[in-house]
Amino acid sequence: MKNIMTVVSQENIADKIYEMVLEGDITESMKTPGQFVHIRVSDNTSNVLRRPISISDINLEKSQFTITYRADGDGTKKLTKYKAGDSIDILSPLGNGYPVEKSGNVLIIGGGIGVPPLYELAKRLNGIGVKTTHVLGFNSSKDIFYEEKFKALGETFIATADGSYGTEGFVTDVTRNLTDDYDRFYACGPKVMLKAVSDALDIDGYVSLEERMGCGFGVCYACVCDRVDGTQAKVCTDGPVFKKGEVVL
Amino acid sequence: MTNSKLNIQLPGLDLKNPVMPASGCFSFGKEFSKLYDLSKLGAIMIKAATEEARSGNKTPRVAETASGMLNAIGLQNPGVDHIIEHELKYLEQYDVPIIANVAGTKIEDYVSVAKKISAAPNVNALELNISCPNVKEGGIQFGTDPETARKLTYEVKNVSEVPVYVKLSPNVTNIVDMANSVGDIADGLTMINTLVGMRLDKSGKPILANTTGGLSGPAIKPVSLNMIYQIRQHLADIPIIGMGGIATVDDIFDYLSVGVDAVAVGTLNFTDPYICPTLIDDLEKRVESLSLNHIHDLKGRAYS
Repeated sequence: MKNIMTVVSQENIADKIYEMVLEGDITESMKTPGQFVHIRVSDNTSNVLRRPISISDINLEKSQFTITYRADGDGTKKLTKYKAGDSIDILSPLGNGYPVEKSGNVLIIGGGIGVPPLYELAKRLNGIGVKTTHVLGFNSSKDIFYEEKFKALGETFIATADGSYGTEGFVTDVTRNLTDDYDRFYACGPKVMLKAVSDALDIDGYVSLEERMGCGFGVCYACVCDRVDGTQAKVCTDGPVFKKGEVVL
Repeated sequence: MTNSKLNIQLPGLDLKNPVMPASGCFSFGKEFSKLYDLSKLGAIMIKAATEEARSGNKTPRVAETASGMLNAIGLQNPGVDHIIEHELKYLEQYDVPIIANVAGTKIEDYVSVAKKISAAPNVNALELNISCPNVKEGGIQFGTDPETARKLTYEVKNVSEVPVYVKLSPNVTNIVDMANSVGDIADGLTMINTLVGMRLDKSGKPILANTTGGLSGPAIKPVSLNMIYQIRQHLADIPIIGMGGIATVDDIFDYLSVGVDAVAVGTLNFTDPYICPTLIDDLEKRVESLSLNHIHDLKGRAYS
């Protein structure tokens, strides 16, 4: 589960958003989009907790995968210092991702730093011939990333909360005006967005949750959430992807 | 394979080596058993058991701090009966002593849990959790009032079929008073539990839903060393399992120097899930390279 990866590249792609490509044999075990890696940000004990970061792109031929993260706190800021050739300690791959199911017409909805795992998902779905439409929400134009990447896979709509780019408002302000019929949605973003999307769309879907984590593999009970049936789930091992209606949002 | 230089005998416990995971940082071992052979460990301190299942506190439950972390899990566990039937059952396949952590909100609960879990075939000792800072009632009160702690220890000791270690809280004015109050009843002490702390977000609000949490990790090691040292000046012989921020063999040596018999590793299991077997291997090498006859040759160097 613990692997030492080599940093291939690191790039600042939007305001506080970084993209890092890592290489190592463990890449071949990354089967489903939506899984995450748990990264040790330094080799001393000043940061005792790892950082859970989702996998945004997987390249099996090169044994490389990409993580895309926001450097907003002490730990993720340290991550931005890594450069090509450096070694990095990760636990991987963790969690259950999105089922890649063959179906007609799919809506992919991401909010802010929830966007990254949806890129690998959209790639996979397109790979098996599923048509994907993408709705991505950001706070402002400076926060936008991956618009071109998603456009290359299908129709892509951007919403910004401040109206500085695309539709003014939230992802649901875009989805309400879509006229196509969709069979399923896949969403990742803040809980409030996941709830709004789940309520607004009368179709089945999958949501990916974010929560502060301790261990990342089911030991510490830090990242629990409530299931609709009254039981509890661990976001790290039972999720982070859940079926719409399975967990309380 | 037993290395006689690391082997330690404590009440109820035949430890292959002095390293064990601390309660709450290892769940009931199942997840770690997929990473390495649990039989390698000196012992396992399993997650706290309460009479009824507990769903714990609201999230966020953890927040990192400088060289440490705060947690306010709230003793989430499936209840003592489930733990005996499922979790302890699973651990029967491993050749490793188990220390069961017992928690509650009233004395009757502690007594009931202690009676049940001490009768499980693979439980070798109890760790009486009188010091959890994250539950509203009970927990920490039992650990901050010497008289209450003494009464609770007495009641639990009365029903337990295995030796009882009392886990001391550092959130007290005088740790020696606490140790003295239980020292003649308990079979040993484990220390320290977490220190109550708080972390704020950028808007000035506490990050943890519980407002406060228990601080652990390397940040608390100096506090723990001092408290153990102080107690050793009054209670020279009581077995002590020391914990608080252990990350390296040097940390273990420090704990031995202030007089512990064995150590537990907590927070660092999250930083590096392989920390316990790594420390055990490193410890073997260091004992050889220093030509020690036994790891306890290092015990008490701080005061002797």
